[in-house]
Amino acid sequence: MVSPILELKDINKSFGHVQANKNINLKINKGTIHGIIGENGAGKSTLMSIVFGLYQADSGVIDINGKTINLKSPRDSIESGIGMVHQHFMLVENFSVLENIILGFEGELVFGKNLEKAKTDLKKLCENYKLNIDLDSIIGDLSVGFRQRVEILKSLYRGAEILILDEPTGVLTPQEVDELFKILRSLQEEGKTIVLITHKLNEIMDLTSEVSVMRQGEMVGHKKTNSTNKEELAEMMVGRSVLLRINKSTAKNGEVVFSVKNLVVKDDLDVTRVKNVNLEVHAGEILGLAGVTGNGQTELLEALSGIRKIESGNIELFNETISDKNNFLDPRSLKEKGLAHVPEDRQRMGLITEFKANENLIFGYHHQEPFSKSSILQEKNILSFSKKVMGEYDVRPNSPNLITSNFSGGNQQKIILSRELNKNPKVLLVGQPTRGVDIGAIEFIHQRLIDMRDKGAAILLVSVELEEVLSLSDRIVVMFDGNIVGEKVNKNVTDRELGLLMAGVV
Amino acid sequence: MNTVVDRSKVPWWVANLIVPFVNLLLALLVSGLFIFIAGENPIQAVQLIIYGSFGYIEGFAYTLYYTTNFIFTGLAFAVAFHCRLFNIGGEGQAYIGGLGVFFVAINFTFLPVPIVWLLAIAGAALFGGAWAFIPAYLQAKRGSHVVITTIMFNFIAASLMVFLLVDVIRDTNQMGPHTVAVAKELWFPTFKELAQLFGIKIRYSPLNLSFLIAIAALFFVWFLIWKTKWGYEMRAVGHNTQAAIYAGISPYKNIIIAMLISGALAGMLSLNEILGVHHKIVAGFPAGYGFTGIAVALMGRNHPIGILPAAFLFGILYQGGSEVTFDMPNITRYMFIAVQGVIILFSGALENLFRPQIESFFVSQLNKEKAV
Repeated sequence: MVSPILELKDINKSFGHVQANKNINLKINKGTIHGIIGENGAGKSTLMSIVFGLYQADSGVIDINGKTINLKSPRDSIESGIGMVHQHFMLVENFSVLENIILGFEGELVFGKNLEKAKTDLKKLCENYKLNIDLDSIIGDLSVGFRQRVEILKSLYRGAEILILDEPTGVLTPQEVDELFKILRSLQEEGKTIVLITHKLNEIMDLTSEVSVMRQGEMVGHKKTNSTNKEELAEMMVGRSVLLRINKSTAKNGEVVFSVKNLVVKDDLDVTRVKNVNLEVHAGEILGLAGVTGNGQTELLEALSGIRKIESGNIELFNETISDKNNFLDPRSLKEKGLAHVPEDRQRMGLITEFKANENLIFGYHHQEPFSKSSILQEKNILSFSKKVMGEYDVRPNSPNLITSNFSGGNQQKIILSRELNKNPKVLLVGQPTRGVDIGAIEFIHQRLIDMRDKGAAILLVSVELEEVLSLSDRIVVMFDGNIVGEKVNKNVTDRELGLLMAGVV
Repeated sequence: MNTVVDRSKVPWWVANLIVPFVNLLLALLVSGLFIFIAGENPIQAVQLIIYGSFGYIEGFAYTLYYTTNFIFTGLAFAVAFHCRLFNIGGEGQAYIGGLGVFFVAINFTFLPVPIVWLLAIAGAALFGGAWAFIPAYLQAKRGSHVVITTIMFNFIAASLMVFLLVDVIRDTNQMGPHTVAVAKELWFPTFKELAQLFGIKIRYSPLNLSFLIAIAALFFVWFLIWKTKWGYEMRAVGHNTQAAIYAGISPYKNIIIAMLISGALAGMLSLNEILGVHHKIVAGFPAGYGFTGIAVALMGRNHPIGILPAAFLFGILYQGGSEVTFDMPNITRYMFIAVQGVIILFSGALENLFRPQIESFFVSQLNKEKAV
C-alpha cells in the first residue's frame, strides 16, 4: 500500500457566488505523474493554486506525507516541498538563469560563497535531470521551451518533491513537448511526484499513470490511465460524449477575398517580423496558419486587421487595396467592409477586462445602431442584445452586468466570438480561438467557424494548436521566422510533418 | 496576519461608505493631535468648524461657495482620469478660463443678460479647454507626459496672466493687477439676493448662481462618462489602449477630447470667481482650487456621486478652517493646509491601509449572522 504524498480533503473555495471548488478530495501518490484534467473553469488551476498557497481554501484540509499543513503563502508551500510551474512564466527577462533561480533566496547581501554553492548545486541538478541549461544565459535570449526548463530547475533547486505544472505544453512545439516529457519522466524516475494540469487528452494518455477529472468545480472521478481511454475521459470532463474530430464537408472554394503580396511588417521595436509573405484566402475556405508563437503571426494578423502599419508590399480585400506602405484602413473602416477579427490575446486586445460583459459585447460596434443613437448609448438595446447572445453562446454566468474579469477564460473567449461572429462577417481573422478554452467550448467554437465557412466567409485561422489547425483548415500554411515555409492541402498531412516545418527544420 | 479578503464578498456599503468614513475619522484624529500640540483644544476646534460651516446661514453659504469651486476642479480631474490622463493643470486652465469669461462680459454687453451668461459659460469652457489642448496634443501625438506638460502650463498661465494683468488688460485708473469690473447687470445673482426675493434678510456671502451650474456639471459628467459613446470610448482608451485600437477607437482623438472637456470644466471655476465674486479678473484668483480638485476627485473616486460629498467636505474644511483661525490665535491658515494634507494622505495615498482589516471584519461578521 503506497501512502499518498499529497492528500486533499473536502477542499471548498468560492469567488463571490461562483464556487470554484466543491468538496474536492484527491490523493496523489509519491513518485507518480498524476494528471488533472478538466474543462476551463472546471477549477483545476484554482485547486492547484490552493495547494501552492496562492489562494486559501474556504474550508478543507491539506496533508503532505500524512501531516496536515497550513499553507498561507507560496513560501509555505515551497518549504513543504511543493513547486509550481505556471502557465505564464515568472521570470525576469533581463536576468540570467542563475539570477532568476536565486531571486528571493539570495541568502547574503554581497554575492560570494552562497552564489558559488548555488552554481555547483544547480549544475549538478542540470546534469542529473539532463536539463541542458547554461546558467549564465539571459532569459530574454532563451526559447519558450528553455524558459520552462528554468522554471522547473528553479522549483527543484528550492527542494520541490511535488512539481505542479499548469498547462505546460500550451506554448511549445511538438518537438519541445517531446523534450519536456522526457524531462518529466526522468524526474519521476528519481522519485519526484508530478502533477500535470491540462485539458489535452493526448498528454494524459502519453505521460500519466493516474488521472483525476474535474467538472464544474467538482472531482468527477479518478482513474488509472492504463485502464481508461480518451473517449471515456472526454465524456467525464464534459458530461456527455464529444466528437474529437469535427465532421465537415469539403470546402467550396470561391473567389479570392484576401490577398497579401510581398508583405513586410515590423514590430514596435523596429524588428522585421514578417519578412516576405504572400497569401490568398478564398471565400468559403479556412486557411490555417500554423507556427510557433513569435514567428510573425501576431504582426501579420495585426497588419491584416488594420492595427499595424506595414513596411512594404500590399494587402487587398475584395480587390481593393486596404494597406500599403503609405496608407492603411483603420479597424473601424475594415469592420464596415465586413471584416471581423478575433484577436490572439483576448485580455490584451480583445476585451477590456474592467468593463461589464455587456460593454464588451458591443466593443467596436458600440457606435452603431441599435447600441448608440445620436451618440447616446441605448442601454435597453445593449442589455437585451447581451442577454440574447450570451444565451446563444452559452456564456456562463449569463449576467451582462458582471465585470468581465470575473468570467473564466473560456467564457471571455465566447464573449469575443459572439460579438465578432454576430454580424455574419465576410472575412474572419481568428487568432488562437480556443487558447485556454475547455473541450466542450472548443467543439462549439469549431462548429461555429465551420458554419461561417459554409456560409461563404473567408477565414484565416492562426493557431499554435496543431490539432486545431488540422481539424479545421482546408489548406495549411506554416510560418517560420517571418516567412511562409510551406503550404499543404489538408489531406494526409501529419502533425510530424507540420512540426518539422514549424521548427524550421525543412 | 496578512489576510486576503475576497473582494467580491465585501458588501458595497462597506467598501464605499465605511472604509472612506474610517479613513476620514483617522485623518481627523491625527489633525486633532496637531491642534493639540499647537496648544489648542481639538474638541473646541471641531465645534468651531461645525459652527463656522453650518452654524449660521452665511457660514453655510460660504461652505457651498467653496464647494462650487471644488466640484468644477474635481470633475475636471475626473474626466481626464477616466482616459487615464493625470491632468494636474486645472489651476492654469481655470486661470485662462477667466479670460474667456471676461472677454464675453466686456464685448457682448449688447445682448440680453441670460444669453451673455450662456456665452460666458462657453467662453470659460473654450479658453480653459484651449489651454488644455496643447498638453493634450503633445501627449497624443508626441507622447509627452501630461503630468509634466500640464504642470509647466500652470506656470506659463500664471506668468502670462501677470503679464496681461499688468501690461495689457489692467484697469489703468489704479495700480493693482486687476481689470475693470464687468457691467453690473452681468453679475451672477447671489444667494443674498435670492433670499431677499423671499423677504429674508441675510448678510453677504459669495454663494451665487455658479453653484447651480456646478450641480448641472455633475449631471453632465455622469451622463457623458457612463451614458454616451464618447464616455465609453474614453474609458476604453483609459483602461486598455491596445484593445481600443483593435476596436477602432482612436486613442489620439479621445486623449484630446478628454483633455478638452477636462480643461473646460476647470475653466468654469472662473464663472464663480469672476461673475460671482470679484466681477473682474484679479491676479491669482484660482488660489489653489485647481490642485485641491485633484484630492477631491481621488477622494470621490472620480465619480460625480463621490465628488459631490468630497467637494462639500473640502468646502467645510475651508470655511470652518477660516473660522478656527479667527478664534484660535495659535492655529494659522497653514495649519489647515496641513489638515487638508492629512485628509488627502489618509483617503488618497493610504486609502488601502486599513481596508483589508475593515473588510475582513465585516465579511466575518456577516458570515456569523448568516450562520445564526
